[in-house]
This record gives sequence, C-alpha cells and structure tokens, in this order.
Amino acid sequence: MRKQPTASPSVRGILSWGRYPKTAHQYVHKPAWNDQVPKILRAAAPGSLLPYGLGRSYGDSCLNAGRELIDCRRLNRILGFDESTGLLRCESGVSISDILDVFLPKGWFPPVTPGTRFVTVGGAIANDVHGKNHHRAGTFGAHVRQIVLHRSNDGLVVCNSEINSDMLGATIGGLGLTGVIAWADIQLKRVAGPWIDAESVPFGSLNSFLNLSRDSNDRFEYTVAWLDCFAGKKPRGIFFRGNHATDHSPGHGKTFHPKRGPKLPFALPAWMLNRYSVRAFNTAYYTIHAARKGATAVAYDSFFYPLDSIRQWNLLYGRQGFLQYQCVIPDTNLEAVEELLDRIAHSGMGSFLGVLKQFGSAPPAGMLSFPRPGLTIALDFAMRGERTLKLMQSLDEVVQQSGGALYPAKDARMSPALFEASFPRWRSFVPYIDPKMSSSFWRRVTEAQQ
Amino acid sequence: MTVTAPATGMRKVVVLGATSGIALEVERQLARQGCELLLVARSAQRLAELQSDLAARGARQVFTYAAELAYVQHHADIFDFARRTLPDFDTVLLAYGSMHNQKASETSVDVLLEELQVNFVSATAILTLFAAELERRRTGCLAAITSVAGDRGRRSNYVYGSAKGALSLFLQGLRSRLHSAGVRVVTIKPGPVQTPMTDHLPNSPRFADPEQVARDIARALERRSPDVLYTPKVWRYIMTAVQQIPETIFKRLSF
Repeated sequence: MRKQPTASPSVRGILSWGRYPKTAHQYVHKPAWNDQVPKILRAAAPGSLLPYGLGRSYGDSCLNAGRELIDCRRLNRILGFDESTGLLRCESGVSISDILDVFLPKGWFPPVTPGTRFVTVGGAIANDVHGKNHHRAGTFGAHVRQIVLHRSNDGLVVCNSEINSDMLGATIGGLGLTGVIAWADIQLKRVAGPWIDAESVPFGSLNSFLNLSRDSNDRFEYTVAWLDCFAGKKPRGIFFRGNHATDHSPGHGKTFHPKRGPKLPFALPAWMLNRYSVRAFNTAYYTIHAARKGATAVAYDSFFYPLDSIRQWNLLYGRQGFLQYQCVIPDTNLEAVEELLDRIAHSGMGSFLGVLKQFGSAPPAGMLSFPRPGLTIALDFAMRGERTLKLMQSLDEVVQQSGGALYPAKDARMSPALFEASFPRWRSFVPYIDPKMSSSFWRRVTEAQQ
Repeated sequence: MTVTAPATGMRKVVVLGATSGIALEVERQLARQGCELLLVARSAQRLAELQSDLAARGARQVFTYAAELAYVQHHADIFDFARRTLPDFDTVLLAYGSMHNQKASETSVDVLLEELQVNFVSATAILTLFAAELERRRTGCLAAITSVAGDRGRRSNYVYGSAKGALSLFLQGLRSRLHSAGVRVVTIKPGPVQTPMTDHLPNSPRFADPEQVARDIARALERRSPDVLYTPKVWRYIMTAVQQIPETIFKRLSF
C-alpha cells in the first residue's frame, strides 16, 4: 500500500507551462540540501516520486498527478568551476539564467540553450533540450561530462563515459525517471561577450527555408525560423541566424544592460485569441521583421529569449491553457511538412509561435533523446477542448506516416502508439527507471503496454 | 588603518545560522557585492557546498565554521574563530531560529524551553560577545532576524512569538547602548517567508519570496536605514494595525 506522507494536503497550483492538464499532487517535497534527498527516496512508495524544476515542460512530463513531486529548485548551488577549462559543477536546480548571470561576465556561455533561460540544469538534462545551435553542438546532454544521481536503491551513483555510461545515457533525456540529479558537470563555452551578430531573412516557401538553412548552417552557429502558419502550403516566415560577436565585430564594446520586462498578471480571456487576432499578429510580425532584414548586433537575451521578456506569457492563452505540438519530420519528406501546415491552416487554429529548425546529424546523447536529422516544427494551440485535440490527432497521422517523432517535453496527449513509433527503443530504457519514480506522462504513454 | 564606514562591496560579514533559508539568499546578495563572509552553521557538509557557491557568485573570500549555535558553551570558540579569521569584520547578522509546532510546546516543557533556548537565550548570548567587540572598536553593524510574530502574542504561535519578541526587546536596549559608540543595531522583522522553516504551514505558497526579503535585508545592512526593518514592507502597516486591536477583542480572535 502507498504510505501516506504526514500532513499531506492535496497540493494544487503546480502546473506545467501549458497549464494543461490541470493536476493536483499528493505532496511536494522541497529539499534545500542534497543530504535530505536520500531520506525522501527511502520513505517513498514505489512509483510515487518525480523530480520537478522550473516547470517549463509544456505538458505532463514534469507532473505526477495524485502522487508526489520533489521540487529541486532549492538545490541550486554552484559547486565548482574551472576557470581555465570552463567545466562547471552544479546542483540540479541551478538554472540557465543563473549560469548566464554568474558566468557570462567571466566570458562563458551555456553550450546549448533552449528558448527560455528559466529551465534548470536538471530539466535540461532530463529532456535533453536542444537550441538554435543543434546543427553544430547537438543537444545539452552532449555537453554533460558527468552526472551524480541519487538512486533509491544504490545511494549516490556516479555516471560518466567510463563509469555507468549506460546510466548516463538513460538519464540524459530520461524525463527525470532515473533518479534525482545531485550534481552534474557541464562543459561551458568561451564567448567574447553578451552580443550576437544576428541577421534576419524573410522567406516565402519551404524550399527557400531549406535553402537558407543549408546555406546558413555552415556559417552560423545559431539558426531558427519563425513561421506564419496561416499561409498553408506556401508558408512565409523569417529566418534568424547569428554568431557570438567576436572582439572585432560591431557589437563588441557596447555596454550591456540586462532588462526586466513586464509580467502578464493574470490569464487573459479566451476570446482574445482568435483566428483574426492571431492572423493580425502574424502579419504584423512578418511585416516588421521583413522590413528590418539585415545584420545587426543584438543582446544575447533578445536573440535567445524573446519570450522571457514577458514573464508568465503562458497566461496569454487563458484559463484553459494551451498545447504545444513539436514534432520532427525526417529531412527528405518535405511533403509531410506541407501536409502538416495545410491541415493546420485549414483548421483555422493557427498559432503565434510557429518555429521551424533543421536539426543536425549529431548522434543522440541519450537513449530517449528527441532530436534526430530532419525538420522540427513547434506550434502553440490554445486549448479549446475536443476541437484542438482532434486537430492534433490529425497531425499525429502525418508525423507517424513520415517516420517522425513527437517531443515528450511538449506533449500532454500523444497516444501510446505514437510514443512507441517515436521512441522504438523505450523498452530498453525501462530497466534504468528508479523504482520510486514515475510521471503522469510515463504512465500515460506506457502503462497499457508494460 | 583608519576607521571609516566601509563602502559597498568592501564589507566583512559574519553570518550566524548561515544555512537558514533567509540567510542563504542574503549571502547571495552579499556575494554579488564582493563581500567577505564568515559563515557559521551546524553542518560542515552544507557549509562546504555553500562556500563554493558563494565564491563562484562573487564573494571575495568565504570562511566557514561548523558549530551548534544553540549551545552557549560553543560561543567562545565561534567568537575566537571570527576574531582570528576575519579580524576586521564589520557586520554581524544573526539569522538562525527554530519554529516548533506550537501545540508541542504547550504540552511539553522540554520543547518550550528548547524553543526559548534557540530563539532567545542563545541568540542574546552570542550577540553579547559580538556587541562588546564592535563597541570596543566603535564601528560596525549588528543585525538580527526576529519576526513579526514577536509584535503580538497569538494563540497559534505565541511560544515562537514570545522568544522573537523578547529578542526584539533585547535588540532595542542594545541599540540604545551602542548608539553612542557608533554601532548600528538593526532589528529585522520578516513576515512569513517561503523557507524550509515554514514549508509545513498552510498557505506557505503565498508567503513572501525569500529573495525579495533578502534584498531588503542586504540593503538595510549596507546603509542608514530604519532601526527596525519590516520585510516585505507591508508588514509594518499590518502590525501597526494589529497592535491597535484592544486585548478584550484580540483574545477572541482565532489566529
């Protein structure tokens, strides 16, 4: 039987970034020190725990409905840094934002960063996150040199390329299921400063996107495109590309002032986001960026984290929350991409945030890593009930037929069959799961099949 | 050496109870300003983790000393270590405390006495050592974290509240004594803050953000500010109002 923790109110209010699904947890542990974690693991019932960080996973991979979470945000200490090599040792609750604050002034940058700085190192490892430099640097996990893991059975387990390398591969992209990361060693990257030499180039079709991408990936460390998904088979968009400014480039020497943006104070009424307002936004966004095309030096935060400038932007989608759909479509299959965009355009449920990126061919760092050679598309859809879920199911068909995959960190509803198709090796991951760990996502996509 | 008010970033701070939830955040603020820190807390392991963190975040130097602050017999060693290791310390922040279950201290005298020992007796003992040193040197700042709970006795936490309230009174007298020596004494009264000490309380997710509280405290340490700091600031007004309620009514209120 499950052991009931003492003083355990049902904890509401912990949601993922998409604010869907709405869940309540049995209890949230908040260790402030690594020495408190073993006791939490020992006392827990099998399959009752999941580590939680900044809650930037969109769906239910960071949730454990009806069970318990270990909130790792207080485990946020920097345990060591080698100034000559850039090797950082830190606890799992340290965020990319912390790393930037502390190490960018010393000339070091995260090797890979997702589109928000508000993710923890633990979350970046557990989801093996990627960024605009995937074609050069691979995923975050490729830069993790060592992980030390709290396991409920074995205590502290050291994992690196020599010792327990299989557990290292399971933990990278392992959705937090292999244990609680006590600390990790991350290789940071030398940069000259906070400036990015950035260019934006408008494009008018998938082919021209691909040409831009192929042409840019050799010359630019960072590439990504914004997509107007109301345009159907002939999508227009803006291609962004950039490099860290060097000592001689125009941005260098300007003073840099980090800014703290406004905050969305509450969930907006659902009717404010409709096909007309989103279409108007997309047209304005395209027009403004197309007019600004060309090269400029921009601050790293506006290049990497434009959405972080509005805190709690997820409330834009109203009380019901939203779903993100991020898939990867194998490279050669442009028709599948067109078909996806066509179905979205016909649904009338387009999104602000269509993002398109060509992944590189780096081998996956983890057993369950999502990125693979191909085109990845990410789209936000306000949750409008059955209608939204139906659209996504119809997108699933296209993804599955193309041999593609969905990204667990963004998912709240994929079927077990699509998970199986996306991660055919998932059964070989199962033995690495810590017996005390589980998650809403994991139960949803695997329970029927085990 | 001339004795002048130290500039921001030059300060040398002794933190008593360095691993407490609020202290952790204050130390980060001080580290960012390039302060030198001497940290005292129970666990050597935790102090070592904290030391590397604060050094990485900009502290010029971080020294640590593991000792049980609740035991007065350890105080002489702590004080000696501080004088030897950071001889020209200019700021002392007392940040430790304990909040037992109120019900337990109503039925167990041992729990009651321990609560008073930690929050009041041991705190005044160690403050007395450091106060004498700063008074002799005629400079510096002595700050201690008490609580808004010490402003009025309430049925739900009057044991903790009376210990913290007594500590506030002690600081008031100390402030008056040290005023002529040019030593500042700052009483810090936080409202409820989200820390491990309060995790078990209902409504704890609505409590103040420790980082915000720490910013207020760090600012109060560095320049002329009110002798008594309420943080978040709204608690000054809340407690002023709470103190106005007549006892005949207040005793009937169930909070």
